[in-house]
Amino acid sequence: MFKLEKRPQQSQKWIYLSPFLAVVITMISGGILFAILGENPFEAIRIIFWDPLFDPNFASYSRPQLLVKAGPLILIAIGLSFGFKAGVWNIGAEGQYIMGAIFGASLALAFYPMESKLIFPLMIIAGALGGFLWGMIPAFLKAKLNTNEILVSLMLVYVAESILASVSQGLLKNPDGYGFPGSRNLQKYESAANVEIISNSGMHWGVLFAFITVIFSYIVLTRHIQGFNIQLTGEAPRAAKFSGVNPTANIVFCLGISGALAGLAGMFEVAGPSGQITIEFNSGYGFTAIIVAFLGRLHPIGILLSGLLIALTYIGGELAQLMLGLPGASIQLFQGMLLFFLLATDLFANYRVKIGTN
Amino acid sequence: MDFSSINPALLIASLMVSATPILLAAIGEAVAEKSGVLNLGVEGMMIVGAVVGFIIAVNTNAPLLGFICAAIVSGIFSMIFGILTQYLKSNQVATGLGLTLVGLGLSALLGRPYEGMKSPTLRALDIPFLGDIPVLGKMLFSHDLMIYFSVFLVAIVWWFLKFTHAGMVLRAVGENHDAAHALGYKVVRVRMLAIMFGGATSGLGGAYISLARVPQWTEGMTAGAGWIALAIVVFASWRPWRVLFGAYIFGGVTVLQLNLQAAGASIPVEYLSMSPYLITIIVLVIISSRGNQGAPASLGRPFHASS
Repeated sequence: MFKLEKRPQQSQKWIYLSPFLAVVITMISGGILFAILGENPFEAIRIIFWDPLFDPNFASYSRPQLLVKAGPLILIAIGLSFGFKAGVWNIGAEGQYIMGAIFGASLALAFYPMESKLIFPLMIIAGALGGFLWGMIPAFLKAKLNTNEILVSLMLVYVAESILASVSQGLLKNPDGYGFPGSRNLQKYESAANVEIISNSGMHWGVLFAFITVIFSYIVLTRHIQGFNIQLTGEAPRAAKFSGVNPTANIVFCLGISGALAGLAGMFEVAGPSGQITIEFNSGYGFTAIIVAFLGRLHPIGILLSGLLIALTYIGGELAQLMLGLPGASIQLFQGMLLFFLLATDLFANYRVKIGTN
Repeated sequence: MDFSSINPALLIASLMVSATPILLAAIGEAVAEKSGVLNLGVEGMMIVGAVVGFIIAVNTNAPLLGFICAAIVSGIFSMIFGILTQYLKSNQVATGLGLTLVGLGLSALLGRPYEGMKSPTLRALDIPFLGDIPVLGKMLFSHDLMIYFSVFLVAIVWWFLKFTHAGMVLRAVGENHDAAHALGYKVVRVRMLAIMFGGATSGLGGAYISLARVPQWTEGMTAGAGWIALAIVVFASWRPWRVLFGAYIFGGVTVLQLNLQAAGASIPVEYLSMSPYLITIIVLVIISSRGNQGAPASLGRPFHASS
């Protein structure tokens, strides 16, 4: 058997190495999975990881999609990473994403059909506010009554989904939509549309915001006292308490910022790629972002890279669905396996592994 | 709206049906948490049980075999969590979430050819005399085997934790794993068994949804039941009989809102269908404002034998 020896400090080398190791192991076991499903594993891996970027037939369509998918994932994951560092577990980002979209779309539809340059900035604020308020529910309950934020934030996802179903058939339903559920298409409403900044790049305002957030969070985590407090609370809660870190402020900050960023992601999605509020508007970005955050080591630059990688698996997965008829769920499984292997290889960062009995 | 269409005897009978999946999952999770392990993968283990039970039952036409296989497969599935957290010392919250995500993906993959099929269901037991009592017979004594088994399981867990040596060891491991280790108890082994038990009962709970409550397979059909089960364990202060009580209350809320929907209540359907989740939150708030009594002291903390 093997024996574990706790390292006095995390191994820096393994912290950077283990995500790559996890990706390689996932590709190998994914290949085995595809072989079991009766596909050529090498072809499947190529279709998922290579063709979306370099195949002459698909690349022109799927390269912009990379940013479209990575944008919301990075935005949400950056927000989550603050809380995960401090031990505040917001796993209801999906709900905050929905509420951000509803708030943003509601504001736009309230002004319809007026055209003004102010509408889009106001929508950004409304989207962030929607997610923020939804995140404040578990934050308030955690800070005041010590209610488990994991369960509350998750329950609120189901509540948000019900609200989404309600508004897309009621309040926000398109009056000119011939009775079909779903709101007006915001992409056809010039003042509210989240357009591409550079055409055919996939680079819409949300992606730009995601990049800005990466820089912003890098500065907060490395240069600002709040970033220090968060890291301290996560690594040494007792020391944080003695040094005067206010736990309530920490909880409110972590859930507030992750809620606001998830809300922003939802707003940019509804005004851009999705275009309208529908019952199936949300597609699980809020949950996948959890994987993105961990794969990126809760570090802004890491999250940027892992967001792009997971976005690639989404697009590659769609391509594999098209080309090989692989079920869409196999990509979800793929992403989950990636998280497992990452958590497993993290062992090497925290422990020295010694083979043999003594 | 027509309230007379809501029959109290049927209401209680269907309450038990809708509470049983949550009860099964929650009683297993309570045991795992008593040993100091917080497994957030309940939802994932349930849905794997649901799909496995369904596939086996459809192919063999033997629902009982479906339940058995669901318990076995979910038990094995929970070992991913066990190995990662107990041997590879990974973070329990992250690993549990991962288990849920993988379970949802895996079940969707496995269940795709079975969408829209109907499964054979368990027959209601024909209990002589008791089943013939007017009202009460229909309410309590006309159910299928799994409902009685779930109540029996609660009794067993209660007896095990309270009166057996092994149960005491399990509680000791959950309260203070360092002390338990110093006394020579195998902390990791105890926890692995507790996790496996939790996986198996979650699998049964999931299979009850796809084989008895609905009975059909649709992607993501557990719809948060696993998370509600986690909340019920907190609500119950980790006590088996209170888990039963909690599960039946939530079953009652779910059934009542479905009945109100069917009776055409003037409240919009969406608000009714969010009510179980809202009530879960409210209950969590009430419980936490009293302070989380009875939480195992080592819950969620990683154990590493340094000597």
